[in-house]
Amino acid sequence: MAIQAVAANRSATLLQAKAGGRRTLVDRAMRYLSFVAAIVCIIPLAAVLFFVTVRGIAAVNIDLLTKPARALGVGGGALSAILGTLQMVPLAALMAIPIGVLAGIYIHEYGSARSARVIRFAADVLVGVPSILIGIFVFTFLVLPFRQYNAFAGSVALAVIMSPVIMRTTEEVLKLVPGTLREASLALGVPRWRTTLSIVVRTALPGILTGIMLAVARAAGETAPLLFTALGSRLVNVGDLTKPMDALPLFIYVNARQPFELQNEQAWGAAFLLLVFVLTVNVLVRLRSAGTRTQ
Amino acid sequence: MLIETPPAPTEETGQPPVDGRETAGTSSPDPAAASASAEPTSVEDAAPADAPTGRVEVAGLSAYYGEFRAVRDVTLTIRPHAITAIIGPSGCGKSTFLRALNRMHEVIPKARVEGSVTLDGIDVYDREIDPVQLRRVVGMVFQRPNPFPTMSIYDNVVAGLRLTGRHRQAALDEVVERSLRRAALWDEVKDKLTANGTSLSGGQQQRLCIARVLAVDPEVILMDEPASALDPVATLRIEELMAELRQNYTIVIVTHNMQQASRVSDQTAFFTMGDDRAGYLVEADETIQIFTNPRNQLTEDYVSGRFG
Amino acid sequence: MTTLPSAPWLAARPVGRTSDRAFRWATRLAALAVVAVLVLLAIQLLDSSLLTWQTFGLGFIGGTTWDPVQAVYGALPYIVGTLLSSLIALVLATPVGLLTAIFLSEVASPRVATPLIFMIELLAAIPSVVFGLWGVFVLAPFLRGTVEAWISSTLGFIPFLGGPTFGIGLFTAGVILAIMILPTIVSIAREVIRSVPGSQREAMLALGATRWEVITKAVLPYARSGIVGAVILGLGRALGETMAVTMVIGNGQAIPTHLFDQAQTIASKIATTFNEATIGIQTSSLIALGLILLVITIGLNVVARLLVWRVAGPTGGE
Repeated sequence: MAIQAVAANRSATLLQAKAGGRRTLVDRAMRYLSFVAAIVCIIPLAAVLFFVTVRGIAAVNIDLLTKPARALGVGGGALSAILGTLQMVPLAALMAIPIGVLAGIYIHEYGSARSARVIRFAADVLVGVPSILIGIFVFTFLVLPFRQYNAFAGSVALAVIMSPVIMRTTEEVLKLVPGTLREASLALGVPRWRTTLSIVVRTALPGILTGIMLAVARAAGETAPLLFTALGSRLVNVGDLTKPMDALPLFIYVNARQPFELQNEQAWGAAFLLLVFVLTVNVLVRLRSAGTRTQ
Repeated sequence: MLIETPPAPTEETGQPPVDGRETAGTSSPDPAAASASAEPTSVEDAAPADAPTGRVEVAGLSAYYGEFRAVRDVTLTIRPHAITAIIGPSGCGKSTFLRALNRMHEVIPKARVEGSVTLDGIDVYDREIDPVQLRRVVGMVFQRPNPFPTMSIYDNVVAGLRLTGRHRQAALDEVVERSLRRAALWDEVKDKLTANGTSLSGGQQQRLCIARVLAVDPEVILMDEPASALDPVATLRIEELMAELRQNYTIVIVTHNMQQASRVSDQTAFFTMGDDRAGYLVEADETIQIFTNPRNQLTEDYVSGRFG
Repeated sequence: MTTLPSAPWLAARPVGRTSDRAFRWATRLAALAVVAVLVLLAIQLLDSSLLTWQTFGLGFIGGTTWDPVQAVYGALPYIVGTLLSSLIALVLATPVGLLTAIFLSEVASPRVATPLIFMIELLAAIPSVVFGLWGVFVLAPFLRGTVEAWISSTLGFIPFLGGPTFGIGLFTAGVILAIMILPTIVSIAREVIRSVPGSQREAMLALGATRWEVITKAVLPYARSGIVGAVILGLGRALGETMAVTMVIGNGQAIPTHLFDQAQTIASKIATTFNEATIGIQTSSLIALGLILLVITIGLNVVARLLVWRVAGPTGGE
């Protein structure tokens, strides 16, 4: 090796000294430990997926999908819950999408710097409010005065949860639309509102849809806001928003707490259905945005 | 008193770090090779032990980012205890070349180097050499001053020193004073050593960064356009500082400012970009020669402001 | 209106054009609706809990008994349950989350990091009630048989760690919360770490630091306040988590004194009792609990965001 042959000089001495075995060891060990930590994060995901799939698939059968819960005793299926979710979530989306998108447009297009900041801040805070408190809030407005738990209140509660999320994602996506696009449109004489809707929003549409889908997936999984609004039910309720209605998360919650194994199994089955839906939406959305990013 | 490493480097013992370099005499002028041929420096040419250290021999150095070659086949001798300026138009690999000297280039993913760089006879890319250790011996000052904002001036200066274990307070105090004096900053900050590192002006911050490098006692100091982010007065002070530092350190400075190069350096190397978009060394010589009587037409065009 | 010829550039001005004004107002209303909900929420909670505040005053917060029969209501057991379970979650999730964030942004190559980031985001998408189901039937028995048994037998002499182990209880709730707040901590810490300027890393590296030293001595100190913000946001999430906690924390009504005790958090207490509350003061007290939770959550949220802004800029974070 050329090193040993060199006459002793300061550089040689310094360079040949190792940086300190301890420091190299710590460097390598900690970097490995950080890898271990990342794996630790993934383990619960694997565990939940595994158990929900294994126990859930075993419980998914025709009964679960087509029969409502039995009024007395054990048995039946999750029909009322499935139908309930299929009604309340789209209704909530119908309310939340216009508000969320329009609000997002407002703070991006029209808001002054300060008002935009305040509104954005309020939305972020609202996103962080525990969903059970939103349930209480809607309860006092839409359940208490009528002394009637109802599905409409449930939808409203879900809409309240979805709106700020949609608003923030809309704003983020609008920011990515180049300003030149808007300028060109205005320069052609297109009215401002038309420009915003037809040009800017349409360009940002994929991203807005992404935000909406993620918000829908989240709403489908929410339980707490429905506890005091839609309440849940064993009866199949189709179309009557003035009465209680069941939902998949509520069904899971109630059946998990029952002492009967059959009920617990049904909870796993419903959880499987819910998880498939939520994760499919999330995976599709993220794959798609990853795809457009690499283009 | 923790001793982390084998006792050879003096800073790891209980004594205050002693200046390891000899006070320089003038070494005889040594015109650097201008040809592109890659002749590896033979071991027997290593300088005898009492000659100034910090001599860098570059042979056939090419630097790549993945498949793209950014620097092509550079052979150059950097004289110890002198200032070597690297000049040339932007984008011709000057900074890349500089970073190959302290193995900062390879930190970038997929970046690699071919050829050899030897410091006082030692191949710095040898597998037995730890880049971490190399970077103490070959220090670097960057274009924008980058003091650590969460540390005081004092802590900034000793940041590098603290990496190698505990030192006695008195030892650190001495290093701080000596380094700040050598960086021509002591008088301005001696009463506010606990102030935040970023509370200084731009020029002062850069001198703080220089002091930080000096504190770990390197042989070579690499400077990547150190004054380009500073105002003219601060720039002048940095140049004066470099002239002082040259007595005890080998300095390599990349600069796009030709006047600066001609003012400050002993030896100048001119790089330009070839047709393959790789930078290459056109000519390296005494600074006087380069600026008054260069051998290559490209060099002449550049230093006289003509572009072709 | 005047009778100017209709030149295109005139038509484009928002002032005076009705459809523009209408649209603008529609968006403004939508935005204000969002703000209004937040404000109304706070006001409504305050109003509906007034009875409790009038009856017990601020002593409600320190009250240790919750007994509808005696009409005595106190929030302390639930506040303690909330804080303890969240604390356990933080203790478990912060080191793991921070190390993971470091791994993803400083150590791993993009090829390794991208799928991991993807999977951690999926973890965040799992509904709380599904976590709860898994927690009750899988995690709790597992913890009871392994961790809780071990701790109880070897460290049981320490008062806090002794006592019977049910699986269901404070500890399991803490573990599940930790799992649920991991994605929050990881993603925000990652953002914050990534926003540390490369020049800081270079400076430390050029001084002769190992890569880990660059992280601990240059990157982390710079990102310090942002990382604290990430942790606080994780804490905020843990405090408000309802379903998973309700399902695994059991039904303790007293202030928990052991790690493995059953307990209740504010959220779980509300979730389990609200619909059965018939007496005004009971409902009012439950809402008062909610108000306390709201104040803590919003306070933490504000502090955390300010800290994250300081490092990563106003758009950093989720």
